[in-house]
Amino acid sequence: MTATVIPTPGAESYGPEPEPRVGFFTDTSVCIGCKACEVACKEWNDVPEEIEGFTGSSYDNSVALGANRWRHVAFIEQRVEVGGVSDSAPDSFVAEAARQQLVDQGLEPHSGDDGFRWLMSSDVCKHCSEAACLDVCPTGAIFRTEYETVVVQEDVCNGCGYCVVACPFGVLDQRRDDGRVWKCTLCYDRLRDDMEPACAQACPTDSIQFGPLDELRERADRRLERLHERGHGEARLYGRDTGDGVGGFGAFFLLLDEPEAYGLPPDPVATTRKLKRNWAAAGIGAVALAAGIAGSFLGERG
Amino acid sequence: MSDGANGGGAPQTRAGVGARGRGGGERSMVPREKPRSYYGRPVVKPPVWTWEIPLYFFTGGTGGASAALAYAAERAGNRRLARSAWKVAFAGISASPPLLVSDLGKPRRFFNMMRVFKPTSPMSVGSWILLANGAAIVPAAAYGVLGRFGAIGRPAQAASAAVGLPLATYTAVLVANSAVPVWSEARWELPLSFAGSAAASAGAAATVLTPPEHAAPARRLAIGGALIETAATEVMHRRLGDLGSPYGEGTAGRFAKAAKGLTVGGAALLGASTNRSRAGAVAGAAMLISGSLCERWAVFRAGVQSAGDPSATIGPQRERLGRD
Repeated sequence: MTATVIPTPGAESYGPEPEPRVGFFTDTSVCIGCKACEVACKEWNDVPEEIEGFTGSSYDNSVALGANRWRHVAFIEQRVEVGGVSDSAPDSFVAEAARQQLVDQGLEPHSGDDGFRWLMSSDVCKHCSEAACLDVCPTGAIFRTEYETVVVQEDVCNGCGYCVVACPFGVLDQRRDDGRVWKCTLCYDRLRDDMEPACAQACPTDSIQFGPLDELRERADRRLERLHERGHGEARLYGRDTGDGVGGFGAFFLLLDEPEAYGLPPDPVATTRKLKRNWAAAGIGAVALAAGIAGSFLGERG
Repeated sequence: MSDGANGGGAPQTRAGVGARGRGGGERSMVPREKPRSYYGRPVVKPPVWTWEIPLYFFTGGTGGASAALAYAAERAGNRRLARSAWKVAFAGISASPPLLVSDLGKPRRFFNMMRVFKPTSPMSVGSWILLANGAAIVPAAAYGVLGRFGAIGRPAQAASAAVGLPLATYTAVLVANSAVPVWSEARWELPLSFAGSAAASAGAAATVLTPPEHAAPARRLAIGGALIETAATEVMHRRLGDLGSPYGEGTAGRFAKAAKGLTVGGAALLGASTNRSRAGAVAGAAMLISGSLCERWAVFRAGVQSAGDPSATIGPQRERLGRD
C-alpha cells in the first residue's frame, strides 16, 4: 500500500516557486482610444453592460471605472490659441518663440494650426502595494494573490460597501442588482494559465503592457527618458514611485498631463496609514463619554 | 469646450482648499480657482450605504451610551434611573443589527462579517463590538429591568458599559477611515461629536422615562453632551474650511442647521425646565434626540456631497504636493 501524498492547500494554490509581482504599465502616449481594452475586459470577464447614454464629453460615454467597467478610456481634447503659428519656416522671432513654447508643452504644431492635442488614457484598478480596499474589507473577501494583485472574491463579498469609500481612486463600486462589489482582477484566471490579461492582449498599440512589475518599471523609465529627450517634457510617470501614499501602484501609467486632468488623484494616500490616529481620536471620545457620564453623578451619592 | 479640456499642458490652477488658520469663517474676497478635473466628475466614489447606516450610527450611539449611563446609575444607587437607561440601551442595541442586515440586502450576508477579525478594518472591529454589545445587553437589561438572572446579569452590566462606550464612538472611525475628504480630514473632531451626540440622546431618553426627582444625572448628561456635540461640530466645520462646505449647502446643510438648532434649543429648554415643567423637559429631551439624529444624518450626507466634488479630493492633494 502506498501512501498518497496530499499537497497542502497553500503549496497547491501558490505553487512551489514564488510568482513574481505582475502588473500593468499603461503608456498613454501611444493610446489611440480604440477601447479594445474595455471591450476585451467585458467579454472575458462577462461584465454586464451599463449604458450611460450620450455624455458629450469627447468620445467618453462610459464615464468612469465601476462595478461594471474595469477598464475605462478617458478622452481629453486640449486646444490652445496659437495665432496662426505653423511648423513651416518661422517668419518672425515672435512666431518662432510661440512655436517653441507649444513644443515645450507637448503640442504638435504640425497637427494643424490650432494647437490641438487629444489625450487618451485607459484607466484600471491600480492594484496598490498598500491597498486600502483590502485593509478595510471586513469579510476577507478582498485578498492579495500570489501575483501580489488585489482581487475580490465574489462568494465572500457581502456588499458592505466599505471598500467603495476607502479606495482613493474610486475604482470599486457596488453592482446595483446584486449588491456586491466588483473590480478588475487583473485576469486572475488567465494569469494562472500563463496568459496575459485580456485588455493587454487586445491592445493594438501596446499602450497596455503586462509583465513582471520590475521589468515594467525599467521599461517605463526608458520610455520616459526617450520622450523627454524628444522634447516632451510634460510626460510623467504616475504610480511608479514606491514612496508615494499607497506604496506604488501595481498598475501604473505614463501620462502627458497632470493626473487630475485624467480624473486621477494627484497624491493618493491609503487611508489605513492614519488608522492609529483615527482610533486614538475614538479612544479620546470614549474616555470623554465615560468621564461625562461619571461626572453627571457627582454629588448624587450618599 | 468642457471642463476637462482646459488649454494645453499648462497647469491651470493651484487650488487652495482649506481655510485653516485664516481667521475662521471669513470668506476671501478673491474667489478661489477650482482645481482641474476630468469633466468635473468625482474622483472617489460616494458611499453606497442607505438610510439604515446613519440611523444605526444613532441607535448604536444612543444604546451604547445608555448602557454606560445605566451602569453608572447602578453604581450610584439610582435604581430608578438605571432601569430607564437599561431599557433605552436594550432598545438601541437590539435595533442596530437589523439595520445593518437590511443595508446588506441579503440577511445571510451578515454572517460573512463573522468569518474574520480584522484590526485594519473599523467595520470588522465594529461588528465584533456590536456583537459583544448584543451578547451583554440581554442579561444586563434582564437584570436591570426585571431583576432576573443576577448571576450573569451583574457582570454583564459591567461588560455592557465597557463595550457600550466604543460602540458610541467607533462609527466615527468607520467614516473617518475613508477617502471621503470631509470625513477623513475630520478624524479628530468626529469621535467627540459622536460621543457628545450619544450622550445627549442617551441622557435625553432616560430623562423622559424617569421621574424628575431621579433624573438629574441624565439631565446633566444630556445638556453636557449637547454642548460637547455642538462645540466639536463647530470646531470641525471651522477646521475643515472650504472642505467643510457640504455642511453649509444642500441636504447636509439643512440637517446640520437643524442639528445645531435642535441641540442648542433642546439643551436650553431642558436646562430651564428642571423640576418645574415636565412637559418642557420632555419637549427639550425630544429636541435633543432629534438633534442627535440630524447630526448623524448631516455627517452622512456631507460625505455623499464631498465625495461627489472632485475639487474636494484634488484640491488638498495638489496643495500638499505644492508644499513638499
